Amino acid sequence: MSFFQADNLAIHFGGIKAVDGVSFDVNKGEVFTIIGPNGAGKTTIFNLVSRIYEPTAGRLTFDGVDITNVPPHRVAALGIARTFQNIELFEHATLLQNLLLARHAHKKSDFFSELLFLPSVRRMELEHREAVEKAIDFLDLQQYRDSMIVNLPYGVRKVTELARALCTDPKLLLLDEPSSGLNVEETEDMAFWIEDIRNLLGITVLMVEHDMSLVSAVSDRVLALNYGRPLALGTPAEVQAHPEVVRAYLGG
Amino acid sequence: MRFLFKTSYEQDIRLFRDQVDASWYGLLAIVVLALPLVMSEYYVGESTWVFIYAICGVSLMVLVGYTGLVSLGHAAFLGIGAYAHAFFLTHGIPWIPSVVLAVLITTASGIVVGLPALRMTGIYLAIATLAFSVIIQEVFSRWESVTHGFAGMPVEKPVIFGVAFDDERSFYYLCLFFLVLTLWLTRNLLRAPTGRAWIAIRDSEIAAQSMGVNLAVYKSMAFAYSAALMGLAGALFAHKIAYLAPDIFTILLSIQFLLLVIVGGLGSLHGAVFGAIFVALLPPIIAILRDSIPASMADAAQATGIAPLGVLGEAVGNFLKKPGVEAGIFGLILVLVILLEPLGMYGRWVKIRIFFSTFPMYKAATFRRQKAYMRSERLR
Repeated sequence: MSFFQADNLAIHFGGIKAVDGVSFDVNKGEVFTIIGPNGAGKTTIFNLVSRIYEPTAGRLTFDGVDITNVPPHRVAALGIARTFQNIELFEHATLLQNLLLARHAHKKSDFFSELLFLPSVRRMELEHREAVEKAIDFLDLQQYRDSMIVNLPYGVRKVTELARALCTDPKLLLLDEPSSGLNVEETEDMAFWIEDIRNLLGITVLMVEHDMSLVSAVSDRVLALNYGRPLALGTPAEVQAHPEVVRAYLGG
Repeated sequence: MRFLFKTSYEQDIRLFRDQVDASWYGLLAIVVLALPLVMSEYYVGESTWVFIYAICGVSLMVLVGYTGLVSLGHAAFLGIGAYAHAFFLTHGIPWIPSVVLAVLITTASGIVVGLPALRMTGIYLAIATLAFSVIIQEVFSRWESVTHGFAGMPVEKPVIFGVAFDDERSFYYLCLFFLVLTLWLTRNLLRAPTGRAWIAIRDSEIAAQSMGVNLAVYKSMAFAYSAALMGLAGALFAHKIAYLAPDIFTILLSIQFLLLVIVGGLGSLHGAVFGAIFVALLPPIIAILRDSIPASMADAAQATGIAPLGVLGEAVGNFLKKPGVEAGIFGLILVLVILLEPLGMYGRWVKIRIFFSTFPMYKAATFRRQKAYMRSERLR
């Protein structure tokens, strides 16, 4: 049994088959990338995995648990964290608050002890803060701790989202276009971080990405999609050379 | 200029930022406690309104400013709290249990009203809460066995453990106590996971959900907590107004509460208090100006011999006496605030504070809003 498995996954919006019978499995400790032209259904797969969309058919298994019917707010506690293509940070909160919110799945306090801010709540808050500081150190975000997200540049926001996902202590990390909007240098940093996340933190990464240099640099295996259907699966080099994939991207 | 060096994580979750901050609040506490000793009975009574409105403001701030849900029905919660409290008092229930029961009933109604909020946002939610408030107002006027309808319902003075709070000064302290309690409890929630979850829901529901926030639970909680505070404010409101009638708790009052949080500054507890000061004190200030402007202008006309001054004063006085002027001034100020200072009085306060704390290095562009050119469609 592999670590994460999508089995015959499908979702139809009316007549549009956004994802239509996609199966893949992700092994523990690998970087698995989904590529494909615009509208191929990559982000839709992410939304299915993070349970925001209800699949029309198929099954999702994670770490031996069937997550096909888990409500979306339970996914984080199971150990799946994600970032968003169009940055979904809490803009009118500080970076620190954003990261602390990611600890929500690990909260143990109830409403009334928080109302009185009992010592147990204070202790928990300090523990969460320690965990958050690790992510801040890992991604070099120290100087932005108390900045409002609205005042941060795009590149920093992108890293903040990655940090927020790491703060949930995930076992599987879903990265939705981690390099979109980043310059060459920032994209290189991102590649190093993704490798570190896999090698040092031992987190499995499932990623959607357009930048082929980043894909080739970090992914172990690549799945190419077009019109919601799988085209090819293999190492980055194999997939890039696959005739179907070339046709999907270049036409012909 | 002062720079705060942080040496422990503890510093970020403290009630007050540092010693200096704490001593300012201490000074404020002394001033507020001493005020009734130097003010006349009338002004003590008007200040009590500030405290009651501030509790209402905190209540709406939690919902609108922190959770991002709009309500046009908060006057109804205030009314439920007020009527429930008055009803229990007339049936011989002691003061504290009566307040607790009133708060519980309002909380329950808050949860019920919050149910549509799980599916609605923005204008639709505003209409749903407005409908609720209209229904509740109708209930107040028709359920005569409990509310006495339009005949009105007298409210006794509060007596707690045999101590009667029957004059303006003692009631001032009672309301002050409950305001401080409200602020403390709300501040606690806001620095704990619940408050962060509310803020998260306000800024991005989808991300909040992916980080493990159960939207239904936390939205209901925001509604319940907000309604509970409104119930508490309602109990105090009942004593303050002394005679309950259904036409007090109209949509206009709800709008006044919304005005309070917007003028005060959305997303801050300071804003709730600033807004309350504004909303509670504007009517008496208008009343004072109404009489003092013509008189002082007439004096000035006599002293300087310029007759038009007296005429002008008379005209201003007459204008301020016209019905509806107060609502007009409220509206005008709301428009000006939204145009000139979207963060409200709290925003202005922060700017003034930063001006002094960085003096003489203040940069005029510190708060200039950067235009965000990246505008992408968001997942709903």
